[in-house]
Amino acid sequence: MLVPFEVYVHVPFCARRCGYCDFNTYVAGPERHAAFVAHAIAEMELAAAELEGTPRASAQSVFFGGGTPTILPVEGLVELLEAVRRTFGVAPGGEVSAEANPDSVDAAYLEGLAAAGFTRVSFGMQSAVPWVLAALDRSHDPARLPDLVADARGAGLDVSVDLIYGTPGETLTDWEASVRAALDLGVDHVSAYALSLEEHTPMARRIRQGLLAPVDADEQAAKYVLADELFSSAGLGWYEISNWARPGHESMHNLGYWTGAEWWGIGPGAHSSLGARRFWNVKSPVAYADRLTGGASPVAGEETLDDAAVSLERIMLRSRTSQGLDLDDLSVEGRRTVPGLIADGLAQQRTGTANAKFVDGIVLTQRGRLLADLVTRTLAGW
Amino acid sequence: MSSLDAKSIRNFCIIAHIDHGKSTLADRMLVKTGVVDQRVMRDQYLDRMDIERERGITIKSQAVRMPWTVDGREYTLNMIDTPGHVDFSYEVSRSLAACEGAVLLVDSAQGIEAQTLANLYMALENDLDIIPVLNKIDLPAAQPDKYAEELARLIGGSPDDCLRVSGKTGEGVEELLNGIVRQITPPAGDPDAPARALIFDSVYDTYRGVVTYVRVMDGNLSARERITMMSTKASHELLEIGVIAPEPSPTAGLGVGEVGYLITGVKDVRQSRVGDTVTGLVRPASQALEGYRDPKPMVFSGLYPIDGSDYPGLRDALDKLKLNDAALTYEPETSAALGFGFRCGFLGLLHLEIIRERLEREFGLDLISTAPNVVYEVTMDDGSVHQVTNPSEFPSGKVAAVREPIVRATILAPSQFTGAIMELCQSRRGTMLGMDYLSEDRLELRYTLPLAEIVYDFFDQLKSRTKGYASLDYEPDGTTEADLVKVDILLQGEQVDAFSAIVHKDKAYAYGVLMANRLRKLIPRQQFEVPIQAAIGARVIARENVRALRKDVLAKCYGGDISRKRKLLEKQKEGKKRMKTIGRVEIPQEAFVAALTSDAAD
Repeated sequence: MLVPFEVYVHVPFCARRCGYCDFNTYVAGPERHAAFVAHAIAEMELAAAELEGTPRASAQSVFFGGGTPTILPVEGLVELLEAVRRTFGVAPGGEVSAEANPDSVDAAYLEGLAAAGFTRVSFGMQSAVPWVLAALDRSHDPARLPDLVADARGAGLDVSVDLIYGTPGETLTDWEASVRAALDLGVDHVSAYALSLEEHTPMARRIRQGLLAPVDADEQAAKYVLADELFSSAGLGWYEISNWARPGHESMHNLGYWTGAEWWGIGPGAHSSLGARRFWNVKSPVAYADRLTGGASPVAGEETLDDAAVSLERIMLRSRTSQGLDLDDLSVEGRRTVPGLIADGLAQQRTGTANAKFVDGIVLTQRGRLLADLVTRTLAGW
Repeated sequence: MSSLDAKSIRNFCIIAHIDHGKSTLADRMLVKTGVVDQRVMRDQYLDRMDIERERGITIKSQAVRMPWTVDGREYTLNMIDTPGHVDFSYEVSRSLAACEGAVLLVDSAQGIEAQTLANLYMALENDLDIIPVLNKIDLPAAQPDKYAEELARLIGGSPDDCLRVSGKTGEGVEELLNGIVRQITPPAGDPDAPARALIFDSVYDTYRGVVTYVRVMDGNLSARERITMMSTKASHELLEIGVIAPEPSPTAGLGVGEVGYLITGVKDVRQSRVGDTVTGLVRPASQALEGYRDPKPMVFSGLYPIDGSDYPGLRDALDKLKLNDAALTYEPETSAALGFGFRCGFLGLLHLEIIRERLEREFGLDLISTAPNVVYEVTMDDGSVHQVTNPSEFPSGKVAAVREPIVRATILAPSQFTGAIMELCQSRRGTMLGMDYLSEDRLELRYTLPLAEIVYDFFDQLKSRTKGYASLDYEPDGTTEADLVKVDILLQGEQVDAFSAIVHKDKAYAYGVLMANRLRKLIPRQQFEVPIQAAIGARVIARENVRALRKDVLAKCYGGDISRKRKLLEKQKEGKKRMKTIGRVEIPQEAFVAALTSDAAD
């Protein structure tokens, strides 16, 4: 059986930079946006040439992330998707997602996406509380979301929203309001991320200067617990540490990252993973454009993981999901730690599908998910 | 056979405080008398160890022979360099015993300091002829008249008797050499009596084995003769005998009053101890010279390698240092918190620091040392008596009495700091014995203090409260009964042996609170709550909590995050190797180091 394959396209542009964000994204004019589309297509063609001859599945999913993919005119995204079909191939029934900023799309845009074969859109809602949005430098009007979600669903798209918790100054009540607002939208999928403070961001600087309250990990944990409980009781079960969905609405693309799919990342700074090989593109859009204009590969570096690293990656990723981790994925020392993790309430037994009496793996508990790095280190036998 | 006439010999030492310029003056004398060429002179010629040169202190004694002519007569001057620190006062006393006179060297900008004063008293007890000398007269801040008065008051005589020199420029050095010849009594021993030579230093040399420095008191010693060490009765053949001028040069023998070295082929300074008497095997002396003492460690500390695999290396290094240090003791010790190490005994804190520094520098070891402690004598209700050198071995059960070593301390300082010093000594359970004015504005304070209070941070405190002006000297003064208890530190109910301490009952609570609080800040949060308790026996006197860790996960993990996160975890694996486990609590090594380092950060 062929290893599942996915394509990620990174659109490295935003209308403005947000204070908390350290993603590889830039503010640039429309002419650069258009040039990007051409260069990304050129990269796809180089990649396809490189992959030719190796037996490979066509993409089970395509994901447009950023940056803000919807900063491109809808024709740009459609052109890119067409190029993916032409170069990598997309499997019938494949999932095609785009991230969208609520103030960068309208009904017509969403219809355009659906018509071109997009199946899913993920809105960067972040919060329902205006001043929390302001603290995050997000400019959209939260009141627009219900209409947008309705428009997307009307166009036949599966809809997800992204939320951020733990913004400096956000109270537990503020967070509960955001969670409830997301659920009120009736979406089938939510991603909720703890704000992670990245060095060299304006927000980190403001906290260092004492202008913003520091991010409190304990409070973030409490917010996670609250969200997990509200989402679950609304019928959205967790399927990865930061992701909840109604059954059948999980993001295939993201599940692929955690369960061993191969993927090719297109765009500046995008990472790719083929077998044990990992490689990544030059970060700057200018350098990226220069490489491709000259017909050269934009790859900036690569490494091949040894067995230990492959095994660690597998433990680290699979333990994040509700499918859990096979005991076979663990070393002897790692297996020895399992009873302790269960006794400590960090993990629970998973029984096999073939034989329900036979424990063949573990799944993290809510407490275990919050301490997933600690669990990973333990399972790695360290 | 040496035929040097004892009347032409002058044996002297220089008593001085650190930084008062002893080594510079000694260097100057070596050049003036022509034994060292000006061109090959390096600073502090006599200090062999790097540490000695860097710290400007002398750890081991040295002896050098210099020719000097006065009024057309040739003399032989033997300069015996003495250690300059209270930890080595026994070595100082043996060096003094090898001399007839002492140059009392005082910085003319600073005046006499406590250790110098203590050594001066020791020299006076030994009936040495004292030549007071004010050094550094070239300094702009020099006040030679003031300090000449001070010295005259201390040793009697007139301020005009003080010689004034500059080791730096060489001014007055010739007069000093003349003064040594004129004012110091020549040696008076019986040349026909059985040989008796005093060992005042003993140094291990990789190529030659132990080199023993001696002063012949009676009779003579000659090459190839068999000799006996009077304390151990061990006998050896003299493979080589000679003088230092300033490089070792073999002679046929050493006669009365002469100072030189012996080589017998022994490999361990313990077989050739400072203070012992060397005599001939064939015609032995009946009575040893007075004053021999086994070196007795006063301060103990556990030394542990940070990397457990360095343990054999630490053992080898201690074995090597022991060859050259009769006072160093050590025995293997295991600590749940720190792993395998050694409980080491030292003469004092400086000795500890020097050994530790040499282990780290010369042997490339990374070490943690536990808080230094003294020896306690614990008497139980059943009458049994225990010597406790490690707080974690303090006996449990009914304790009838605990005795701790005490010292007589002398502190010299400008009088404006009297209040601050008295307050400090009071807070360290000191009892004042008396005080005297050395001059109008300088004071000598005498106290009895528990040694345990001094080994902690007394000297640092004294320096900081007196802007660095105070100097301290102390000598052991027996033991006394005290109200002492053992405070244990427990993590999740498990005792952390490295943090147990024996403290006075009145200070137990403060120690418990301090350590619990310090550990709370240092112990990383674990997936469960970690109670930290300080306890005397079963009674908890302080408690802190390290709250359970609730969140340890990266929220986002897609694409490029995956490699980033894997690398982060791999880095944490390295950190994990340096973790120690107490019960179920994982503690980074650095936390132990930080908790054991008495930083003022609390």
